[in-house]
Amino acid sequence: MSTAAFSTTADNGAVRQPLIEARGLVKRYGRVTALDQADFDLYPGEILAVIGDNGAGKSSLIRALSGALVPDEGEIRFDGQKVHFRSPLDAQAAGIETVYQSLALAPGLSIADNLFLGRELRKPGMLGSVFRMLDRKKMQRMAREKLTELGLMTVQSINQPVETLSGGQRQGIAVARATAFGSRVVILDEPTAALGVKESRRVLELILDVRRRGIAVVLISHNMPHVFEIADRIHIHRLGRRLTVVKPSACTMSDAVALMTGARAPQELAA
Amino acid sequence: MTDTSGEKRGMQAFETVLSQQDTRVAEFEVHARSPLQMLQHFLHGNPTAVPAIVLALGVIVFSAIVGPRFYSAFNLSLILQQVTIICIIGVAQTLIVLTAGIDLSVGAVMVLCSVIMGKLAIAVGLPVPVAFAAGLATGAACGAFNGLLVVRLKLPPFIVTLGTWSIFFSLNLWYSGAQTIRAQDVAKGAPFLQWLGTPVDLLGARLTYGTFFMLGLVAIVWYVLNRTALGRHIYAVGDDPDAARLAGIRTDKVLFAVYVAAGVICALGAWALIGRIGSISPQAGQTANLDSITAVVIGGASLFGGRGSIVGTLIGALIVGVSRSGLALSGVDVLWQEFAVGSLIIVAVTLDQWIRKVSA
Repeated sequence: MSTAAFSTTADNGAVRQPLIEARGLVKRYGRVTALDQADFDLYPGEILAVIGDNGAGKSSLIRALSGALVPDEGEIRFDGQKVHFRSPLDAQAAGIETVYQSLALAPGLSIADNLFLGRELRKPGMLGSVFRMLDRKKMQRMAREKLTELGLMTVQSINQPVETLSGGQRQGIAVARATAFGSRVVILDEPTAALGVKESRRVLELILDVRRRGIAVVLISHNMPHVFEIADRIHIHRLGRRLTVVKPSACTMSDAVALMTGARAPQELAA
Repeated sequence: MTDTSGEKRGMQAFETVLSQQDTRVAEFEVHARSPLQMLQHFLHGNPTAVPAIVLALGVIVFSAIVGPRFYSAFNLSLILQQVTIICIIGVAQTLIVLTAGIDLSVGAVMVLCSVIMGKLAIAVGLPVPVAFAAGLATGAACGAFNGLLVVRLKLPPFIVTLGTWSIFFSLNLWYSGAQTIRAQDVAKGAPFLQWLGTPVDLLGARLTYGTFFMLGLVAIVWYVLNRTALGRHIYAVGDDPDAARLAGIRTDKVLFAVYVAAGVICALGAWALIGRIGSISPQAGQTANLDSITAVVIGGASLFGGRGSIVGTLIGALIVGVSRSGLALSGVDVLWQEFAVGSLIIVAVTLDQWIRKVSA
């Protein structure tokens, strides 16, 4: 499996450069400190799980990486370059796509419209440049191809409004949107929280499939079995900062929970 | 789950039963639906179907009751003329309603713009194109003012435009000195302002340039809403603003642009208003505010945003025109015309709620 491939590259590369490297991120909301000197590293081609108790600052961390939040202090490097994301658009331009827990789909718009929301394709020539005409045929075709590629659809209904889909289908659309645009990092916030057992399994397979394409994945989840099953490394967040990073093979779920809740100190387990 | 190191990769124990199960999670299978559900789905997919059917029914019923006096080309074209102003202002209102807002100031903006065009051209004596441009700029400025309050200060559009309705109307009374500019003075000093009132006789029908102007405007706004990215973004912003923002849409810019565009369309409505009534009166177009909302709602747009269409608004305005004309020609008292329009609004909103509950 691709896990094996990943381990060898990891062992070979003497100094691997992180794809995303964040240092000393701070975000305060009034008197509440959501991020307190938080660090973060994501390596190319890996699945990094981020776990932490409610209110540990996971969401703020993820929002900082995806451009939805501008940190008060600290720096983020992407591919070695310092970046300042002022909006989700900046992060998207760099190749960081996020699937939010809310999915961020417009329910009344069609599947195709949603996949291209915010980066619509225009017709070539005058029609596109002067009259701003959308290339609907091309967008519909690409949307259909993308969903078929991810095993998400039978072909006829690309113009169906998203609100008529089930939870698992919507999740699939959101993941398809994140991976459709040649992205390098996909951040998934609780992708299985709202799903049934069967649908969760399908999403996990989708995540593995995303990694197989060489896209690094950040997975935020409360579901320990899922995290331990697919993550290459586990980033444990506590009290607004990174407590430690562990390898799932070197620790147990109860260890991870103990670290997360502060019942255990990290020194004994660090990866 | 004390130690799971042995089973980290692969399925969890509780999931093993899944292997025998259907794994198609995102297939778009068709459930068996009852006829009512099928209707609900059809209406959900074709939001302009309801107003279109109502309009067709209205025309048929009134034709049967009233006879040729109703369905003559002359009367039908008269209805078109009568709905021109409501429809143009309704187009502006549609844009706002699509973003889950509402604009109570559209009528006041229209009147203010007409007064500015007229007074600058006739009383002040500026060249007509300059006066006309000033009118359009006033519309844009009013829209920008509304937009700024809604976008920057995040005030509810209902309250903002309730306030600016009074503000713009007062400015209109002050600037016009509550004086009407007579039609013959407009015709002499600035005939261009009445240009949209130019009649066109066509096979017994009497239309004006204003009617064609309205249809052209509907076509342009339809194009923007359905064939450009901006249009898709307007729908997305009204549908789910958070989702739109996270998808990378600059929701502030879209909202602001919508309010400015609505203001400019109201100024164009002012031009059509002068063409329709000939004179320029600070008291004209008093009912345009609520009439435009009526047209938008009957046209199938949802006041919760993200749903509706420009063609729906045109049809909504026509429904109002047809029912008023039909009832009047049937000899029904004016008060029952208002009763009918009011009932139509309630029915339209009820239908919208039902259609929105469509399930997968």
